[in-house]
Amino acid sequence: MESKTIKKTAVFLIDAENEKREVPRITDEYPDLSVDEAYAIQEELVNIRLGQGYRMVGSKMGLTSHAKKKQMNIDKPIYGYIFDYMVTDANVLHVNELIHPKVEAEIAFILSRDLEGPDVTTEDVLASTEYVVPALEVIDSRFQNFQFTSPDVIADNASSSRVFFGSVMRKPDEMELDLVGVTLSINGELRDLGASAAVLGHPANSVAMLANMLSRQGKKLKAGQIILTGGITGAQLLSLGDIVSAKWDGLGTVEFKVEQ
Amino acid sequence: MNLLQTVSFSDRLAVAEENANAVKPLTERHPDISVREAYMIQLKTIERKVEAGASIVGKKIGLTSLAMQKLLGVDQPDYGHLLNRMEVEDGGKVSLGRLIQPKVEAEIAFKLNQDLVGPRVTSTEVLLATEYIQPALEIVDSRIEDWQIKLQDTIADNASSGMYVLGGQPVSVDKVDLSHLGMAFYKNNKLVNTGVGAAALGGPANAIAWLANKLFEFGIYLEAGEIILSGALSAAVQAEAGDVFTARMAHIGEVSVTFTD
Repeated sequence: MESKTIKKTAVFLIDAENEKREVPRITDEYPDLSVDEAYAIQEELVNIRLGQGYRMVGSKMGLTSHAKKKQMNIDKPIYGYIFDYMVTDANVLHVNELIHPKVEAEIAFILSRDLEGPDVTTEDVLASTEYVVPALEVIDSRFQNFQFTSPDVIADNASSSRVFFGSVMRKPDEMELDLVGVTLSINGELRDLGASAAVLGHPANSVAMLANMLSRQGKKLKAGQIILTGGITGAQLLSLGDIVSAKWDGLGTVEFKVEQ
Repeated sequence: MNLLQTVSFSDRLAVAEENANAVKPLTERHPDISVREAYMIQLKTIERKVEAGASIVGKKIGLTSLAMQKLLGVDQPDYGHLLNRMEVEDGGKVSLGRLIQPKVEAEIAFKLNQDLVGPRVTSTEVLLATEYIQPALEIVDSRIEDWQIKLQDTIADNASSGMYVLGGQPVSVDKVDLSHLGMAFYKNNKLVNTGVGAAALGGPANAIAWLANKLFEFGIYLEAGEIILSGALSAAVQAEAGDVFTARMAHIGEVSVTFTD
């Protein structure tokens, strides 16, 4: 793919996000789009956002659980980036800013030290983690009907959209991090549940995999970054008026309301 | 349904279990068996096993997840009896020859230290009557061919009980948040699914309160000392020879079992 096309595609996806408009898949026009090309589009998209003055606060892994892989019919984890404008402190999600948002419950890691692949292990991750915090991630594919192939969703910054973090922080050695039970309820009805081993066997594995994937691009994870490790539950579609509440064993609750 | 029919259905299932040879669903030729009649068949089988020397050590609750209830088209759980001869030690071996079509599921087991008498038992009273909880594996098995069960078939068949394994460390209920207690389930060291306490009727204590209240209909109550398996935290997984199943649970440890020919 030519660099002109890469740039044009990145702008196309940014426009879709800004204009809250679902668009056809990239692979409809470029069926041979490779994973590497897709990450090149994502990188261009990230650079455009940085150029607009947004700050990158962290990264995210996606499609890390069996439930999500099955839901989206994609079998390899992917990554994307989280910007400051995505982190929502008031417990409100404004649905008119988004296309067709879905929510999933995760555990996020905040690093105390840089992590550089290619041989980062789960133990390295735990030794380099300052805190773990609960997070509700709102994903919002820019593609029509939330349907995409792996290169499409990679180009689309892994559907990143909004994040709500909880107020409980824990040191990683204070809990059995792969046995954290989570329930996700919408309007008081239990919608999904699971334990954190659903994320690649252990959420720290997800961070290790991310560090190792980034090393192929000559990049690393940096101290202070927040890393979303991927949904423990499946993604649940949101509607105006929904009250979303998730609870993690030992990590408290995160709630938000879906408004206009 | 008269007593003779109850005994005849009970015989059929008992022989199927004894010979490890499945039979057609009872509801195939008798679609009008009621849920209450199905429990009468179960109670008859248990009564005769007790007369033959077995002892009741507790109960199990089944169909506690929305997914299982949907699958059978029902809106409530069911229950069965645990007998002393069903217990397998933690890490022990189970011969497939004794079973027909076993599946394994991970559950939280409760040991009661007070009686729980329906019909108005609450989940808080369940917690107060619990000496400890521990991780358990339930090996479910159906005496009905290919698990082609309707609600009445599985109830008559002792809620498809097979065997059970208790493991981990006994932990007092005030040390955990039961509804958010996480579980990871492994077959041959490979993660097969995860779950959390809320999967069982929103919380395992809710399931036990349901049981105490259900038993009142039959003039039965939960007794101090009984072990109660409170319902699967994730989908049941089929067992084959050589398989090792392990469930790890937050705060209360792990439990495992191996299947042999």
